[in-house]
Amino acid sequence: MAKSQALEVQEKKELVSKEEKTVPARYFVPNTDIFETEDALIVVMEIPGVAKEDIAIDLENDALRVEAKIDHGHYDGLEPLYTEYNVGHFARAFSLSSKIDRQQISAELADGILTLTLKKAKEAMPRRIAIV
Amino acid sequence: MAMLLSDPFDALFNFQQALDAFRTSGWLGAGPSGGGAYPPLNVFRKGDDIVIITEVPGVRKEDLQVQVKGNTIRIAGRKSVQYGEQASVHRRERMAGSFDRAVSVPVEIDGDKVRAECRDGILALYLSRAERDKPKSIAIS
Repeated sequence: MAKSQALEVQEKKELVSKEEKTVPARYFVPNTDIFETEDALIVVMEIPGVAKEDIAIDLENDALRVEAKIDHGHYDGLEPLYTEYNVGHFARAFSLSSKIDRQQISAELADGILTLTLKKAKEAMPRRIAIV
Repeated sequence: MAMLLSDPFDALFNFQQALDAFRTSGWLGAGPSGGGAYPPLNVFRKGDDIVIITEVPGVRKEDLQVQVKGNTIRIAGRKSVQYGEQASVHRRERMAGSFDRAVSVPVEIDGDKVRAECRDGILALYLSRAERDKPKSIAIS
């Protein structure tokens, strides 16, 4: 990708989920990159405005669920004049195809980017078979 | 109704509704020096002052540049997305690139009092309205 490429606005996608939330607030789907290295699956999500302690990461039955809540208290006393995007909590779930070692999931948050490193389970790693 | 609105569970929902309502607001005229439409901005009023909030996830503080001249604010920077070496990409939704946007606010700004904060991928610019631009109360005699 060229470095000089101009960034375009990506309209935030609203979450359409099977289960409804009990609270009427809208959720958004965070833009996510997923890539795989030899020993891990790496999930990178954009969740601007979310503090570390407000992120819930859940792995159950090969389903990875991330819920990130913003603190809308920051907006107290602010009166909108002009808006181009909406704000809300983020939620997204993925079903994973490769076997993940549950004990070795690490998460990191920097500049509104959540990076999850899901180490593959030993049996799922590619193995080189020596030919005798 | 006012009582209902103060329900904390509805607070976010109501705020979201309010944000939607101002989507078509013509308050912020397009700046003459234009540039792109990234990053998307939300503009708020806080007392006499103006607060501009924008989402710039993945942009490091040192890659961000904010300038003020008169009542025009310029936000420029670069966002990079990196993949590790030898990684096979499953899904690619995040975009990388550079941006440069200038907007003019229809009030006079005190350039020396502009404050910028960047935390968790959110950039907030606090613009104080120039003293001479503030509305004055007129005593009725």
